[in-house]
Amino acid sequence: MSLREEIEKLIKEQPVKGDELLIALNLKKYFPVRRGLSDILKGRRLYVRAVDGISFGIKDGEVFCLVGESGCGKTTTGRTIIGLTPPTAGYLLYRPRPEIAKQFRDLGFEPVYKDYFLLNDLFRNKKANKLLRRELQIIFQDPYGSLNPRFTIYSTLEEPLVVHGIARTYEERFRYISKALEDVKLTPPEEFMKRYPHQLSGGQRQRVVIARALILDPRFIVADEPVSMLDVSIRAEILQLMLELKARRNLTYLFITHDLAIARLICNRIAVMYLGKIVEMGPADEIIEKPIHPYTKALVAAIPEPDPSNRFKIRDLPIRGEVPSAINIPPGCRFHPRCPHAFDKCSKEEPPLIEVEPGHYAACWLYHK
Amino acid sequence: MPLLEVKDLRVYYYTLKGVVKAVDKVSFSVEKGETLGLAGESGCGKSTLGFSLLRLVPPPGRIVGGKILFEGMDVTAMPEDKLRREYRWKRVSMIFQGAMNALNPVKTIGDQIAEAILAHEENVTKREALERAAELLKMVGIEPRRIRSYPHELSGGMKQRVVIAMALALNPPLVIADEPTTALDVVVQAQIMNLLKRLKKEYGMSMILISHDLALIAEIADKVAIMYAGKIVEIGTAEQIYNNPKHPYTQGLIRSVPRLRGAKRLEWIPGQPPDLRNPPPGCRFAPRCPYAMDRCRREEPPMVEVEPGHWVACWLYAKR
Ligand SMILES: Nc1ncnc2c1ncn2[C@@H]1O[C@H](COP(=O)(O)OP(=O)(O)OP(=O)(O)O)[C@@H](O)[C@H]1O
Ligand SMILES: Nc1ncnc2c1ncn2[C@@H]1O[C@H](COP(=O)(O)OP(=O)(O)O)[C@@H](O)[C@H]1O
Ligand code: SF4
Ligand code: SF4
Ligand SMILES: [Mg+2]
Ligand SMILES: [Mg+2]
Repeated sequence: MSLREEIEKLIKEQPVKGDELLIALNLKKYFPVRRGLSDILKGRRLYVRAVDGISFGIKDGEVFCLVGESGCGKTTTGRTIIGLTPPTAGYLLYRPRPEIAKQFRDLGFEPVYKDYFLLNDLFRNKKANKLLRRELQIIFQDPYGSLNPRFTIYSTLEEPLVVHGIARTYEERFRYISKALEDVKLTPPEEFMKRYPHQLSGGQRQRVVIARALILDPRFIVADEPVSMLDVSIRAEILQLMLELKARRNLTYLFITHDLAIARLICNRIAVMYLGKIVEMGPADEIIEKPIHPYTKALVAAIPEPDPSNRFKIRDLPIRGEVPSAINIPPGCRFHPRCPHAFDKCSKEEPPLIEVEPGHYAACWLYHK
Repeated sequence: MPLLEVKDLRVYYYTLKGVVKAVDKVSFSVEKGETLGLAGESGCGKSTLGFSLLRLVPPPGRIVGGKILFEGMDVTAMPEDKLRREYRWKRVSMIFQGAMNALNPVKTIGDQIAEAILAHEENVTKREALERAAELLKMVGIEPRRIRSYPHELSGGMKQRVVIAMALALNPPLVIADEPTTALDVVVQAQIMNLLKRLKKEYGMSMILISHDLALIAEIADKVAIMYAGKIVEIGTAEQIYNNPKHPYTQGLIRSVPRLRGAKRLEWIPGQPPDLRNPPPGCRFAPRCPYAMDRCRREEPPMVEVEPGHWVACWLYAKR
């Protein structure tokens, strides 16, 4: 089968439409684990299966959320998509804007399906990879760790401009940086340029991180828990800013969060991950109001609400224990050791992601007819 | 007599760049069996207040005024050796913010819990201490055989349970829990909150739960104190605070909690808290308050009782 045929086949089989901005097909990312002596003697190789075969498509202008507990592979998915780490297997398709597509062609790349380029190939080419930085960007989780403490805000924002030769003169760069700061509402910009990260509040730091991600005018942003380190009182302000910037600049977001209440405020669709797999995917409201998968139901049941009568009840959590290690993934349905509904088949065969309601997918044997 | 009574407490950090008034004339009380939720944004002085209740304020911080009365004993005036023998960990203990990451990596968790017991109790053998450690693990929902595990062998939720077990080791009537679930996943957070609820109910334990998240505080608090820039601005029963918040800051905090149900609103409190070295005169919330009046910027609002047990420091409610 040719590559094109294989991709066409996958697009038919997997829960994607084939007209999205970015498409992941059977994406896998494994990390080798340092082995003990006995493993080496037995010739055993161990892997963390951080992302273990997931498919999804993110539509142009959409906010697509990855939700799940720590270690389920959200960050790894985000980093793999924008080329910070190469995928172990699977295909990543992306439809660049025409002027960038032309430059990829000039570098000798051709679309592999419709007008989609294969990111896997582009990532391996230094020049193409650099061009991709102008299309795909990431906002990291930790506004404290992701800014260099020895750089002023000006230098932090100037660096990508210099690296990409975007604004060649000092005046031009100054204009770009002022505009970038104004866009994230750090005004007056001259005031903030001079500062160092420690002279900013957490919320202001996260604005700088956003400004840096947007300064090359990208189209697709991976936002990895952009508000989880911030106080609840200012989270919505950053979310609102992200939504405004999205509307103004036609951005598309892959938004990573462990908090369904946040996802509900910002996302169009949600994919719930568990141990490297997507277990449920669909419109945000449906996922929250009518969750299908037992794991999603547990996530919904765990969210606290500002209701004082909650103190009189023990919260009914339908699942046991905690997420097992991604090195020893349980056989069959990987959720079965914690699932209150598990039956025979669950520990033997892995349930596929099937469309239970239009556009609403779940991977659970309970819903297999 | 309340279990704990705090009157006009002031705790300042004497830094090179000025005096940080982290806790400034704070008063409240906690009854036996009661859980107080202490809410407020990062930097408002919640942890400092917690440290001061154990008289463990790190330098350059100091308790500079006010009183802490525990079961009628004056903690502020207690000599250090009495404090260590009779009060700290035995009467009041604290689950420190981030403590689960500060567990000693080269010691088993059993040894670490046992050491906490041995350090504070005379006439206990190592063996007895280990037996108690095993019981404590059971109490917090960990298999007792885990006393031989090292921290890296435990999940985040289990480590947090160990830290809770350590705080319970000497059976204190009051436990202060400083952001006990912030690093944890929602499901694990809910499991830990269930554990704290159980401990509260089964052992009649009193608690002070510190968090910036009012949704989390609603899980357990009978009484809620809202702190802003070193001061308590509102205090009342959980019902009063959540169902009938009076202070503009409290109202903003409650509105900014993202919810799973109901209208989708993106609401927040604009601006940021003041620098505690140089707080604004008058009401400290005035620069962010939508209702601020001239008087707010000049004079500090007094605490007034708006309904029985419900106190607010805001000029909107004070009689002029
Ligand atoms: N560079 C790496 N080397 C080895 N293992 C890794 C690496 N990066 C991630 N992992 C492992 O892959 C799995 C998924 O990690 P990932 O960071 O993607 O999770 P996450 O969903 O983003 O979690 P969190 O909510 O904690 O941010 C985890 O088991 C993690 O320990
Ligand atoms: N060791 C310290 N030295 C100087 N200032 C401190 C110290 N610890 C805390 N502070 C300051 O005291 C104030 C209150 O801090 P903290 O009690 O940690 O607040 P919270 O727990 O509410 O986040 C902040 O302004 C903080 O910067
Ligand atoms: S497949 Fe079985 S174990 Fe997995 S979620 Fe469904 S019922 Fe539970
Ligand atoms: S005293 Fe004035 S500024 Fe302060 S909260 Fe009340 S109305 Fe607002
Ligand atoms: Mg992550
Ligand atoms: Mg704190």
